[in-house]
Amino acid sequence: MNTSEKQRAGLFVLGATHHNAPLEVREKLSVSESANEQLHLKLSNLSTLREFSILNTCNRIEFYGVAETEETIRQIQQLFCEQQDFAEDEFAKICLSIRDFDAVQHLLSVASGLDSQLIGETEIFGQIKDSYAQAQERKSAGPVLNKVFQKAFQTAKHVRTNTAITSGQVSVANVAVDLANSIFGELTDTRILLLGAGEIGEKAARAFKSRGAGSITVSSRHLERAMKLASALDATALPFELREGHIVDFDIIVCSTAAPGSIISISAVKKALTRRSARPLFLIDLAMPRDIDFRVGDLPNTYLYNLDDLAAIAEENRSARESEIDKCQLIIAERAETLWKQTESRL
Amino acid sequence: MLTQLTDRDWLWIAAEFYLVGFLVGTWSLMRGGKPSNFLMNGIIFAGYLIQLTGLYFRGMAVGGCPLGNTFELFQFTAWSATTLYLVVGVTFRSSMLGFFTASLSASLTLTSLLIPAWDATRREHIFGGNAWIEFHAAFALFSYGVFALLALTASMLLLRNYSLKSKRLGGWFSFLPSIRDLDLISVRLLGTGVSIMTVSLAVGSMYWMRDTESVNAFKLILTVAIWAAYALTLSKRLRGKLISTRFAWTCIVLFVIALASLGPVNSSRPPEPPVIGS
Repeated sequence: MNTSEKQRAGLFVLGATHHNAPLEVREKLSVSESANEQLHLKLSNLSTLREFSILNTCNRIEFYGVAETEETIRQIQQLFCEQQDFAEDEFAKICLSIRDFDAVQHLLSVASGLDSQLIGETEIFGQIKDSYAQAQERKSAGPVLNKVFQKAFQTAKHVRTNTAITSGQVSVANVAVDLANSIFGELTDTRILLLGAGEIGEKAARAFKSRGAGSITVSSRHLERAMKLASALDATALPFELREGHIVDFDIIVCSTAAPGSIISISAVKKALTRRSARPLFLIDLAMPRDIDFRVGDLPNTYLYNLDDLAAIAEENRSARESEIDKCQLIIAERAETLWKQTESRL
Repeated sequence: MLTQLTDRDWLWIAAEFYLVGFLVGTWSLMRGGKPSNFLMNGIIFAGYLIQLTGLYFRGMAVGGCPLGNTFELFQFTAWSATTLYLVVGVTFRSSMLGFFTASLSASLTLTSLLIPAWDATRREHIFGGNAWIEFHAAFALFSYGVFALLALTASMLLLRNYSLKSKRLGGWFSFLPSIRDLDLISVRLLGTGVSIMTVSLAVGSMYWMRDTESVNAFKLILTVAIWAAYALTLSKRLRGKLISTRFAWTCIVLFVIALASLGPVNSSRPPEPPVIGS
């Protein structure tokens, strides 16, 4: 590296993401809230680091900043690795280290959800906003980062509005919730019965809860497990043997037990339908082998989806999002170029 | 130039606006997008105002509410359906209902305009200057407009049900409202239509009872049969005896019957000399 390179101020991104760092490595690199504060203090003491912001999520740890020399960036790496007790040479193998225009383009891609594990997810947008707000609060963001982050937010909104990158859910649990929306509209007055207290059922229940489901009841072959999960979900528990008699009381039934055979029979559903009003019934069978008699899907006003159905929809949505990537990248490249022209003069 | 336009000219322009609404919606859907609410409602509203102007001129020409021939009946039904859409439908948060309304209004108005025989003769002062009879007729036709919108929401319910049952959820199916929302609005429309038709029949019956000679038995039987069929459907739906797709199909079939009955009902009127050539 020559002297002029060492002394040139530049915008940089340094970090590790899910692209190169597997989960077990990201676990070691993840920064706790208190560690984040300490790291911030240490970085603030670097006199050649003009501005910086730390983005710390489960899929990435990234430092965005303006450094006066290349040496500054190396110092950041050293400080970070020391704090996390992580070998610097190991970090060098997996790290992302980019500059100037590429750094601008990277931030725009990350904010738009293009660099996420689940392409098009929008949670990252809020996480970047939080990290930027934190940088502002701690006064580590200056004119360059202010400009770059604000433009990144505008670009992300533009990409979301003008492309289908965020359309359709890509996880089985969220696909199930979207389907429930297609049947019931708002979920605020829907009653959900969760049969099985396993992980997949819990994920589905949490997805329903996060989208405003009215009430959740948990039933499991092991009552104590049902009660435990019910307590975690702020739900109620129902003895397993009463499940079929209570179908009439629910709008959505999510099954995910490990039972060897069917636990919801067509006769029980038929009986429930005669006692229900015109409200539709949505049955989600996430179990393998299936928990619900497949003939239930032929009954009127009843909608049955199994694991394969939901996975196929999630896959279709994922493909649809991927087909939008080129369109998004074009928008990002165009905006990054304009932004870089505006930013370069401030460095 | 505008002053030189005849009532039919205005109604042609209105029909073309509805057709544009249908084409814009179809184009959006074929491109994989949702028709813009703002654009769709703007086109429908423009068509509605122009149709209102055409019907106003026709009303002035015939000296009353223009319900004197099959052409006018179809035009009035389309206008009623659009009125109701603009009053309640726009709050339905679905431009798809606008698209469907534009399609229905375009079909009804264009069909009526393309069959000259339906407007070959017009009748003047068909209500004999009796405002109550005119109110009865206008209200009866307005209820047909409500049933037209009901047929649209019922069709949307069938499409939504098909998409969920067949697990084809992408494309334009994704723009349809939920099953429950469609069911709720359908029940409300059915209740509104039956109520309006009941009021219309009640007003009409006061005159029939005074002057049974003037009653056209065929028209009376057909109208009461349609009212009874809708009332029965409402009763069965409220008791949960007729739900989901069977309810939707019933609403569609009843509307087709009601629409098909307009021609025979009109031609069953006592012969009067045609006063205005088309």
